Amino acid sequence: MMDSLSRINAMFFRYACLHKRSLPRTLEIVFWPVMELLVWGFVTLYLQRLSDSVVFQAVVFLINAMIFWDILYRSQQGVSISFVEDIWTQNIVNLLISPLRISEWIIATFLYGLTKIIVITSVLSGIAFTFYQFNLIEKLGLYLIPLMANLLLFGWALGIVTAGLVIRWGHAVEALIWGIPFLIQPFSAIFYPLSTLPPALQLISKLLPSTYVFEGMRFVIQNRRLPLEYFLIALGLNTVYFVLAGLFFNQMYHGARASGRLGKLGMD
Amino acid sequence: MWHNFRMPSKSRAEHEPLVVTKNLCRTYGRIRALQNLNLSLRRGEILGLLGPNGAGKTTAIHILLGLLAATSGEASVLGLSPFKERHQIAKRVNFSSAYVQLPSNLKVMENLTLYAKLYGVPNSPSKIQELLELFEITHLRNRITGSLSAGEKTRLGLIKCLLNDPLLLLLDEPTVSLDPEMADTVRKILKRIQRERNMGILYTSHNMPEVQEMCDRILFIHQGRTITEGLPGDILKAFESQTLEQVFIKIVRSGDLISP
Repeated sequence: MMDSLSRINAMFFRYACLHKRSLPRTLEIVFWPVMELLVWGFVTLYLQRLSDSVVFQAVVFLINAMIFWDILYRSQQGVSISFVEDIWTQNIVNLLISPLRISEWIIATFLYGLTKIIVITSVLSGIAFTFYQFNLIEKLGLYLIPLMANLLLFGWALGIVTAGLVIRWGHAVEALIWGIPFLIQPFSAIFYPLSTLPPALQLISKLLPSTYVFEGMRFVIQNRRLPLEYFLIALGLNTVYFVLAGLFFNQMYHGARASGRLGKLGMD
Repeated sequence: MWHNFRMPSKSRAEHEPLVVTKNLCRTYGRIRALQNLNLSLRRGEILGLLGPNGAGKTTAIHILLGLLAATSGEASVLGLSPFKERHQIAKRVNFSSAYVQLPSNLKVMENLTLYAKLYGVPNSPSKIQELLELFEITHLRNRITGSLSAGEKTRLGLIKCLLNDPLLLLLDEPTVSLDPEMADTVRKILKRIQRERNMGILYTSHNMPEVQEMCDRILFIHQGRTITEGLPGDILKAFESQTLEQVFIKIVRSGDLISP
């Protein structure tokens, strides 16, 4: 157990070291989320001035949705980019032959991603409060914790799937790291309620844990409470997707090992 | 032509094999990368695995590291299956290759600390210091790895693979990017450490004088097949050659004619 924690700590240390002397890399954590929030925040602020309280409500939803979307997106990226980092630096074989277990490696990427998300959420909340008088904690209260936890879990599940693809196919599928979250974006009811989607697409949406998080977020803002079923359905779906993602990764890893791809990662 | 020569004499304990392969085969579609490879490596022995590019050396090493499944045959490392029991083996085995790098964006010391932690090296700061001094790169400890010369990176890779005091070391062209003087120093260090720790080393190189200097025994493979195996002196006699380079050229140019 101690050996395992030590290896997880080693990998966390490995990723944290990347930020110690690279300002661009550190700034990149918050750069895009901040830019998005600034642009869309000011747009919604402008709309709010033009219109009434209904639009004001929409402004609150949108700002919240942008922060939440970033949690989902960055948690997926935290896992997959960490894997690809070691392919880029041609270090992956050193890790794969070390006593590091794949599960320990993945846990380290979770912790690294979680740290980045805490930084991002803090920065975005600060900006939202400063420029738009929007207080994330006041709006969502303690419901922030179950909502964020479900987003994190789903992001991690997506990250495991992407990392599996990268392990199996290497550089050829790197574009998917950035693309996969956008596959689920239109169906997750992020910037609009689920009811906006046509009934057929709603069926897809209902299979995504993220839908219940974003619907739940809007419900909390309107009613000051989170329906338990939203949380439980999201958690249940996340559990299923987590297991499926793990099985998928395992399949990809063993496929790469069987095909000889594993030893060649980073060399193509 | 199959030459199977005598083993160098060692004590019985040292003859416990670290690596054994039996009829090891690996195919990629129609390509036969490895055909019935039989090798054994004992403690305290350096076995040179030689052959031209594409001969199957890397395939064999990847199978022994658990990175690749064999199509058929058996492989055993420290008495265990590298494919099924990689984790039990990993702590006592290490690998360095000219084609595998340490993260370029970490400092030398950070990289070594990372791997010392991954291998659970006790008292790692003094171990790292000892190896940095041995390979004469103590002054680089706070340098970013990406800013090192190729030779310095090679030495760093070798330090990484000695951190865990491995019983078995797999070295894939370890001196390829070193100047002759540094390559000589590195060979002497490796030889010394190997003797002191009674380590087994599987060594690949295209530098034949180096192989002659380093290896107790040699196994030539070509197009996935074993061509010859034995002591360097015996192989030279059998091929009526003065140097291993001449043997190498004979084997490669003869192609299938010289196959067993």
